[in-house]
Amino acid sequence: MASVEQSPGGASRKAGIQTWLKRIFVRLGILPFLIVIAVIVFTAMSDNFLTGRNLMNILRQSVYLTIVSLGQMLTLLTGGFDLSVGTIVALSSVVGAVVMASVYSAMPDAVYLAIALGFFAGVLAGSLIGVVNAAGVAFFNVSPFMMSLGMASVGFGIALYLTGGVPVYGLPIEFSDVFGFGNFLGIPSPIWIAGLIVVALWVYLYKTPQGRHFYAVGGNIKAAKLSGINVRGTLFQAYVLCAALAATAGMLLTARLDTGDANIGASMPLESIAACVIAGVALRGGVGRLENVVLGALFIGLVQNGMNLARIESYLQTVMLGGLLILAVIADQIRLRYVASLKD
Amino acid sequence: MPAPLLATRAITKDYPGVRALDRVDFDLREGEVHVLFGENGAGKSTLISMLSGANRPTSGHIEFKGTVAELNSVHHARELGISAVFQEFSLVPQLTVEQNLFLGAEHRGGLFLKASGMRREAKQLLDDLDFHIDPKAQVYRLSRAEQQMVEIAKAFRSELSVLILDEPTASLTDHEADQLFRLIEDLTGRGVGIIYITHRIAEIERIADRITVLRDGRYVTTIEASDADEDRLVELMTGREVGAIFPSLPTMDPGEEILRLEDLWTQDETLCGVNMSIRRGEIVGCAGLVGSGKSEALQAAFGALPFSSGTVIYKGERVAQPKPGRSIRSGFMYLPADRHDAGLMLERPARENFSVAALDLPPFRNGLFLSGRGERQRAAELATALNLSPNQPERTLDHFSGGNQQKVMLGRSLTRPVDLAVFDEPTVGVDMGTRQAIYAFIANLAQKGAAVVIVSSDLPEILHLTHRAYIFYRGRIQAELAGSDLTEEAALANFFEQDAA
Ligand SMILES: Nc1ncnc2c1ncn2[C@@H]1O[C@H](COP(=O)(O)OP(=O)(O)OP(=O)(O)O)[C@@H](O)[C@H]1O
Ligand SMILES: [Mg+2]
Repeated sequence: MASVEQSPGGASRKAGIQTWLKRIFVRLGILPFLIVIAVIVFTAMSDNFLTGRNLMNILRQSVYLTIVSLGQMLTLLTGGFDLSVGTIVALSSVVGAVVMASVYSAMPDAVYLAIALGFFAGVLAGSLIGVVNAAGVAFFNVSPFMMSLGMASVGFGIALYLTGGVPVYGLPIEFSDVFGFGNFLGIPSPIWIAGLIVVALWVYLYKTPQGRHFYAVGGNIKAAKLSGINVRGTLFQAYVLCAALAATAGMLLTARLDTGDANIGASMPLESIAACVIAGVALRGGVGRLENVVLGALFIGLVQNGMNLARIESYLQTVMLGGLLILAVIADQIRLRYVASLKD
Repeated sequence: MPAPLLATRAITKDYPGVRALDRVDFDLREGEVHVLFGENGAGKSTLISMLSGANRPTSGHIEFKGTVAELNSVHHARELGISAVFQEFSLVPQLTVEQNLFLGAEHRGGLFLKASGMRREAKQLLDDLDFHIDPKAQVYRLSRAEQQMVEIAKAFRSELSVLILDEPTASLTDHEADQLFRLIEDLTGRGVGIIYITHRIAEIERIADRITVLRDGRYVTTIEASDADEDRLVELMTGREVGAIFPSLPTMDPGEEILRLEDLWTQDETLCGVNMSIRRGEIVGCAGLVGSGKSEALQAAFGALPFSSGTVIYKGERVAQPKPGRSIRSGFMYLPADRHDAGLMLERPARENFSVAALDLPPFRNGLFLSGRGERQRAAELATALNLSPNQPERTLDHFSGGNQQKVMLGRSLTRPVDLAVFDEPTVGVDMGTRQAIYAFIANLAQKGAAVVIVSSDLPEILHLTHRAYIFYRGRIQAELAGSDLTEEAALANFFEQDAA
């Protein structure tokens, strides 16, 4: 029997679009909508927003947050979080810069040795904070909240103590030339590095058993244990990797700024958690996709860039960011309600 | 004829991708026990979720005492006198038993809580039910069965006209269930209507007045309990005839000993000197009351529970400190009783819940990496073999019915080679048809040379499915029954203390 075709009247088409939007919302969450709205608003507010150059700018500016957010996502997946990512960025910047500057001044000819040693020292210092976090969470059952909050204070204190609160200068110019302002095939070097990290982490998370273990531990820690998963090892890895990624971001930022500074990264904890939550990573653990987190970080970068172009005051920008975070959480709740009402 | 106490008219409920209920008419009379019966995923829990105010129908309506009732919330339904014990618990684990009992209906004196009154009443309530639980105990410390008792007590608390019980005896033994049945009788005598969901035929025979059968979300029929027998019910439920529930046991030629426990103790004395021996090819049962230590012994051997002294010998080697990971890799699999608490990742797809304990092996693994294709294929095979409904391995697990979630967890024992499999309450909430399939696969496992242990509070399961059974009492093995000695009378006699024999 032939089915009766309905003539596409205005009303039914509108209803069709509505369910279609609802379906996108249920599947992908609020992020696609926020991005579309943000692009429309900022394009209207500034002519310079929707240009190839500015978009590349956004991409480059978001690199640091993207890398930190990816680490944050790992801890969120296991059902925790890391409030010390800001401190890790700062500490790695300071330690890396001090080591690099002193090696460079001792051996002005060995530029690349200085850069390599400095980079390594910075990442190592940051990762050590992660090791302490990881030990507390995985072996002493300290809540991630207290552990990382405490370490945020410890790390920040060390960074200030090492530098007396003064920025560290005297880095070799090649460092910022390569890692801060470098360009390869027309794409800035920080974007290349972030891209490599995204690909490597994607493979790790989705193609190896260890990646799956993050989801299992966050999904149900007892079930994971009874299934023979090394729960402690998994938690340990999450915090150490998170710190190593934040430290890498810290070194890239140092290259960009050409100084080591204890005061960078303060907004990282809030922004990285916001990027994850907006991207649908569940705070209770076990749920979240890497691709979406990258988009979430880009979205925050996009909003900041747009607000700058639209000359919105930086204090108000902070207000906006907090508001967006709360909006995302509310939207997620609404989404859960829709899931039940929508037939697919 | 008077209006029914509670009724649904053409009630329909849609979930994403499934119509869980399709125009169902159901009515409950005063003073009757009305059993809802049907396969896993038939829509029983969905129906009562709407009757208890936890969920709203997509279409159709509910009538309470002859008038249309909009039940907005569980709280609202309670105020009308409709109270429910859900299949999945709604207790706050960090609070104590008495705090949970009075949650949302605390006694107050002015602005403040009246603790003493609540304590007295909680104690009274638990005593009336003859449930031996400390009102001051924190709920997360209780076993699943004890939590179930608290859940039941909570429903008894308010002024009742309708009581809804969704598989309330799923992890209770007969003794505890008896208390509940006595109370139900008491309530029906006072005109309270009871809706009772169960997969156990024996319970239906014992307490039901009428039975409504659901299949695939549709109403099939309502029959008088006197007209019902096992074959008829199963046929109505599945729409086909199902043979014997229990398989014929694989003939036993006991192989080598695979696990031996010697004088096992735990710190808190849930185990006080347990000795066991399990051989390849046999199916061994562990029975006993709630808290008797029947599941703890094997948890300790597996590594899920620390023990303070004693010896575990697995495959001829002493294991000083068992660890779940090591146990599983050497072929010892333990599947827990409480699927939500310790078994499943509810927000992950069924596929990942199948594979989680075998990610180190093919077909799930391919060298260093996971094999997406192998995993999807194996998950699809398992879903079909276990008759998962709906058959969608990518669906997240909280969108499956309770019995289907159970199937996913059991499926884990088929993902890797096992030499010793321990099933703790394997058929909690599983329908007759599926139960038959699960029993068959357990028998098959033993046939292929694995040792199987079944920890169960369902006595028929122990009697018909095991070669040999240990009966636990207060952390000790009270008796070991085998062959023709393994009878209901013998088992029950050992459930309770024996005076010097
Ligand atoms: N929250 C939910 N979201 C989506 N689908 C659901 C949800 N809860 C149940 N379903 C679906 O609705 C159908 C009926 O489920 P229901 O829980 O009512 O079954 P049941 O008869 O209680 O089964 P069981 O005996 O296994 O408890 C099933 O197909 C199930 O997959
Ligand atoms: Mg159910």
